[in-house]
Amino acid sequence: MYTKEMLESIKKVEANREANAALEPRRMTAEEKDELLRTYHPDYKQGEFAVLSVGPNKGEKVPTELAALLQANSRIKPEEIDLSKPDYDTDVLIIGGGGAGASAAIEADNAGAKVMIVTKLRMGDANTMMAEGGIQAADKPNDSPAIHYLDAFGGGHFAAKPELLRTLVTEAPEAIQWLNDLGVEFDKAPDGTMVTTHGGGTSRKRMHAAKDYSGAEIMRTLRDEVLNRQIPVVDFTAAIELILDENGRAAGAVLLNMETKEILIARAKTVIIATGGAGRLHYQGFPTSNHYGATADGLILAYRAGAKLLYADTLQYHPTGAAFPEQIFGALVTEKVRSLGAKLINVDGEAFMHPLETRDVSAASIIRECNARGKGVATGSGLGVWLDTPMIELKGGKGTIEKRIPAMMRMFGKYGIDIRKEPILVYPTLHYQNGGIDITADCQSGVENLFVAGEAVGGIHGRNRLMGNSLLDIIVFGRNAGRNAANRSKDVTVGKLSLEHVDAFAKELEQAGVHSDIVSPKLLPDYRRNK
Amino acid sequence: MENMVRVFLFGKKYEVPENLTIMKAMEYAGYQLVRGCGCRNGFCGACATIYRIKGDRELKACLACQTKVEDNMYVATLPFFPLVKQVYDINTVKPEQAVMMQLYPEIYACIGCNACTKACTQGLNVMQYIAYAQRGDFEKCAEESFDCVMCGVCSSRCPAGISHPQVAMLARRINGKYLAPKSQHLEDRVKEIRNGDFNELIEGLMGKPIEEMQELYNHREIEK
Repeated sequence: MYTKEMLESIKKVEANREANAALEPRRMTAEEKDELLRTYHPDYKQGEFAVLSVGPNKGEKVPTELAALLQANSRIKPEEIDLSKPDYDTDVLIIGGGGAGASAAIEADNAGAKVMIVTKLRMGDANTMMAEGGIQAADKPNDSPAIHYLDAFGGGHFAAKPELLRTLVTEAPEAIQWLNDLGVEFDKAPDGTMVTTHGGGTSRKRMHAAKDYSGAEIMRTLRDEVLNRQIPVVDFTAAIELILDENGRAAGAVLLNMETKEILIARAKTVIIATGGAGRLHYQGFPTSNHYGATADGLILAYRAGAKLLYADTLQYHPTGAAFPEQIFGALVTEKVRSLGAKLINVDGEAFMHPLETRDVSAASIIRECNARGKGVATGSGLGVWLDTPMIELKGGKGTIEKRIPAMMRMFGKYGIDIRKEPILVYPTLHYQNGGIDITADCQSGVENLFVAGEAVGGIHGRNRLMGNSLLDIIVFGRNAGRNAANRSKDVTVGKLSLEHVDAFAKELEQAGVHSDIVSPKLLPDYRRNK
Repeated sequence: MENMVRVFLFGKKYEVPENLTIMKAMEYAGYQLVRGCGCRNGFCGACATIYRIKGDRELKACLACQTKVEDNMYVATLPFFPLVKQVYDINTVKPEQAVMMQLYPEIYACIGCNACTKACTQGLNVMQYIAYAQRGDFEKCAEESFDCVMCGVCSSRCPAGISHPQVAMLARRINGKYLAPKSQHLEDRVKEIRNGDFNELIEGLMGKPIEEMQELYNHREIEK
């Protein structure tokens, strides 16, 4: 499978393997990290951002691709939409069928509300399904929620909203317990002790996992539970505009059947946006580890309705996307590979960094190694560095890879690469939207009765997220959003439905001299050759 | 110039570069996918696909996002398959063999043809995990089925009408909830948190100026 040049380089990797495996590379100082990020991290490339001309974040910068969608045209003409006869009428409308949406649905159902989920693809088609490495929770005796707080706060460059981060870490152990009680399997020792590992930037081993199918195991269980409760799921149906009532409170959504293009109206007492991330916008041309539907739809809907965004200019590039073979270019190689002992090695066989720096630092370091230092391996689609997977079995014993990271073994095995014997090539891939819709501690956005959970939220993690804190946040904030939206719905009387905000936003664009020839939300990327 | 191969998408011929996955080949041919495309990474089971290489008798199954095209490949996607999903209450279900008998009695009609295993896109021993389910051995069924992406190809090939992925889902949930050992440290920690044991510590951190937090973070002890 590997080319002759790659095999030459692998020889150097093999020759140094034992020495590199025994090495504990120095961690960077705070100053070194700052300098590295400023110089090499994609978030710091000024030319890739645009300043918004309208809306709640007017004057702030966001990625140019996101700016184009935030300032694009609506998919509907409000005057053509009949809001008088809703097709669906519910207490809580949840937009998005991933981990956050499913958790919200279960808790809203527990709280006695009438709930409905709409999702543009199938239930469970979400980044949650693809999360491999694990979920953090400080539940070991040598750990505490306060240490978890410090790790996440520092890893996120001290920018997280303290009240959100507090919720995340203190409700983490209960989230694990909740999942386990629903029947989610976790890797455990025979006495029941959770098998936990480090992630980049953690100071305690608090990564819980279900092999390297952690997110899939969580997602399929949550989906099964939603189905057991017979919560209505309207699939292949996208929300394309929020509906407010005459008092400016969220009161439903305009829906689009993705196949028949039929327009439907859902009226609700409260709405939860759980639409996930934006990897499929391919910021700065990066490949992505994200799901097909990750196109920032929720941010567009909320922004048009008047909700403020927070840290929308910070993205996470996962340090280890697959760089070869090209069929899996950009696919996620879980951080757990490094947690288990694999190190990052350059073309000359040198371990050039500590393998468990935070993700932004690791990504920037790989970019520097490949570009400025010229120590990358040519992959055919660009450059990459080695992730020396055979080290895992050197450290953990034979069979560790098959037992702990079977999905990785399968993914590369399909292309004739046995990761137990050969290293793999990696390069950063667009992975996570650190920013999103600004919420208060009760998960409410700037629009009354509009709640948000999961990757669509901004501020939980600050300007960088640690591994395992996203699976955690979708559960913690998904549950809270579901509970809060359900309780709120009990006191809500929906006024007359309105799409005036859509017209108002269009007018604002016009006045600002912004003319767009595209519509948003984007819904799906277009990968056709002949468009 | 890229090397091209001929593929037949739903019977219609297209020329596509040989290095593409089936999914990317469909897009190259001009399909804007809505169904049959999910994570694009082998985890979600949305892109179950049946194919046959011209001249070959055997039908093969795969995930379109994880499989390279071949010359003379006839491709039909299976974006949805009507699996039977029984509704149950996880809190009252008993971890006993009888539950399988009750919810999925058709598993006992398995004729042992092994078509499910041969069709599995993940290379799992599907018939074996159904055998474990029949015996009420949920732990083994859970372990054997763990990598299932619920694409449903196994069920499409089953003469007994078994919905294998749903049977396995039930077994895993029962195993996870009832049979796997309990984590005492987790229960203890949840109690401590409910008791407010960490409130003071965290509130202390929340109130500190950034410089002090930076100091704490940069000098924190990291577990080996």
